[in-house]
Amino acid sequence: MTRKSQVAVTRRRFTQLAAAAAATPLIAAPGIARGQAAAHVVVIGGGFGGATAAKYLKKGAPDLRVTLVEPNDSFITCPYSNLVLGGWRDLESITHRYDKLRDRWGIEHVREEATAIDAAARSVTLAGGDTLTYDRLIVSPGIDLRPPEDGGIAGYDEAAYEAMPHAWKPGAQTLLLRSQLEAMDDGGLFVLAAPPNPFRCPPGPYERVSMIADYFKKNKPNAKILVLDAKERFSKQGLFQQGWDLFYGDMIEWVSLADDGKVIEVDPATRTLITDFGMEHQADVANVVPPQYAKAVARNNGLADASGWCPVDGQTFESTLLPGIHVIGDASIASPMPKSGFAANSQGKTAAAAAIALLEGQELANPAWVNTCYSHVAPDYAISVAGVYKATDAGIISIEGSGGVSPMDANAADRKLESVYADGWYDSITADMFS
Amino acid sequence: MRRGLSAAVLAAAFVVGLPTLAAADTAADTAILAGTCAGCHGAELGGSGAIPTLRGHSADYIRFTLKSFKNGERQATVMNRLAAGYSDEEIEALAVYLSQLQ
Ligand SMILES: Cc1cc2nc3c(=O)[nH]c(=O)nc-3n(C[C@H](O)[C@H](O)[C@H](O)COP(=O)(O)OP(=O)(O)OC[C@H]3O[C@@H](n4cnc5c(N)ncnc54)[C@H](O)[C@@H]3O)c2cc1C
Ligand code: HEC
Repeated sequence: MTRKSQVAVTRRRFTQLAAAAAATPLIAAPGIARGQAAAHVVVIGGGFGGATAAKYLKKGAPDLRVTLVEPNDSFITCPYSNLVLGGWRDLESITHRYDKLRDRWGIEHVREEATAIDAAARSVTLAGGDTLTYDRLIVSPGIDLRPPEDGGIAGYDEAAYEAMPHAWKPGAQTLLLRSQLEAMDDGGLFVLAAPPNPFRCPPGPYERVSMIADYFKKNKPNAKILVLDAKERFSKQGLFQQGWDLFYGDMIEWVSLADDGKVIEVDPATRTLITDFGMEHQADVANVVPPQYAKAVARNNGLADASGWCPVDGQTFESTLLPGIHVIGDASIASPMPKSGFAANSQGKTAAAAAIALLEGQELANPAWVNTCYSHVAPDYAISVAGVYKATDAGIISIEGSGGVSPMDANAADRKLESVYADGWYDSITADMFS
Repeated sequence: MRRGLSAAVLAAAFVVGLPTLAAADTAADTAILAGTCAGCHGAELGGSGAIPTLRGHSADYIRFTLKSFKNGERQATVMNRLAAGYSDEEIEALAVYLSQLQ
């Protein structure tokens, strides 16, 4: 969808809304009280934001009716999928089922894709044609990779995902990239094209490079890794490069934007990546992580602005474009909070609390959050970036003097501790979502 | 609509000379604050792998510990960086909230 028609959709929805409001006096919020029909909250997407929101809606208001719209029967996490690429983990260990959300928490799981949202009618249309009506809606659908015709990389369309996997959505793509790495000859060249900001998981590409370097070091010591970056700098850069020097010597070369790192075109037939200044890099295995924007269901229904991401109010994560709808996770504009699973989980709790407060007519909370992204660099060696954030009337801010990255001069024991704590984090957050 | 509301609340606070709203003023704020600790300390804050539990401590211990993380007296891998983001009032609210977990 083009930017122009997006604006048109937004405007049309506002008109519908205004007309509906004029025709009928505002109906009081249904409330969650017993005795009357329970209020209904629909959640689109059962990932880091949505699964958390659905569970915390039930935790905070057991009488509420909560429906989770998510086509899959289980969820594979992006976090720790890089460890699958390195051969440290298998896919099964990062796959989580929805049974407890259904059986323990009483959440209705509709296994379909949501296609349309009507904010005026407060309804969601499903791919099969059915509609669900809601009192409040929480949307956490994640991201789409931009296609060539809409801000992506020339030649990198869906047909190219097979020859040059992105593996930025975990599962089949992760296994495909892993099998290509396994099939590569010792002495081969692996190229990763890293995206411009903002994108899902700022340290993700560099943790991935680390995991693949560890695999090469053990199995194909003559292999080389080239990172072509559309940015001038990246998350935890000093720490990553320190770790790369320490463990992988000169195996990894990183090329910044200024040094012609930006990939603008690919040729999947020859696995060639072409940069802005016309340099051609022929890879033995290529991993292309293209520019991104909010998932179609958010963009096509008037929730995104011209940037392709969804503006929200920081206190409630309610859309500033359409009323009654909260957008959380990667799809939302929550900067300076990063697009991370940790942040999406925190936002899910915030949106759940806000939805309950708004349905019950209670005062809204003034939320504050933390975020931490751990990255594994080598066995027994991990680093982290942390932040503390708060919602203010001027938007979300990062608290001065807090957060930051692991110290450059940390000793080996602390790097090892961080790798153990990272595993603790993974178990905590997935249990928080699914058990 | 909500912006209008919070502006009104804020204005009222100024009129009667109260401090403006800050995080952790209400039970709901503290619950959200503590909710983000669950991302590491476990869904029920009972610890996870090597990450210690936050249950069963006294308010004194939590207050002292968070302040020592904040001022660097207690070494840590990540808690120094996180505790630095909390005011004394927020640490107090967290200490009381966490000490009340069974
Ligand atoms: C390689 C990699 C490593 C990462 N590592 C970390 C890490 O270590 N720590 C960290 O905090 N974050 C990490 N992340 C980031 C993290 O994965 C995302 O920030 C997080 O998944 C965002 O949550 P979300 O709810 O917005 O989207 P998702 O978790 O992607 O969930 C979206 C869900 O919505 C569903 N959905 C989509 N469209 C529809 C529709 N129309 N109808 C119904 N359902 C729909 C999808 O099936 C999916 O289940 C990593 C990401 C990558 C790619
Ligand atoms: C990124 C993961 C992470 C988050 C988020 C986190 N913690 Fe921690 N916490 C740790 C780790 C790891 C330790 C061990 C000390 C260290 O190395 O930082 C710890 C230790 C502690 C301790 C000391 C426990 C003891 O037995 O002495 C307290 C208290 C604590 N955290 C409180 C909190 C509170 C309160 C929050 C939320 C505001 C929080 N933590 C959020 C990871 C985390």
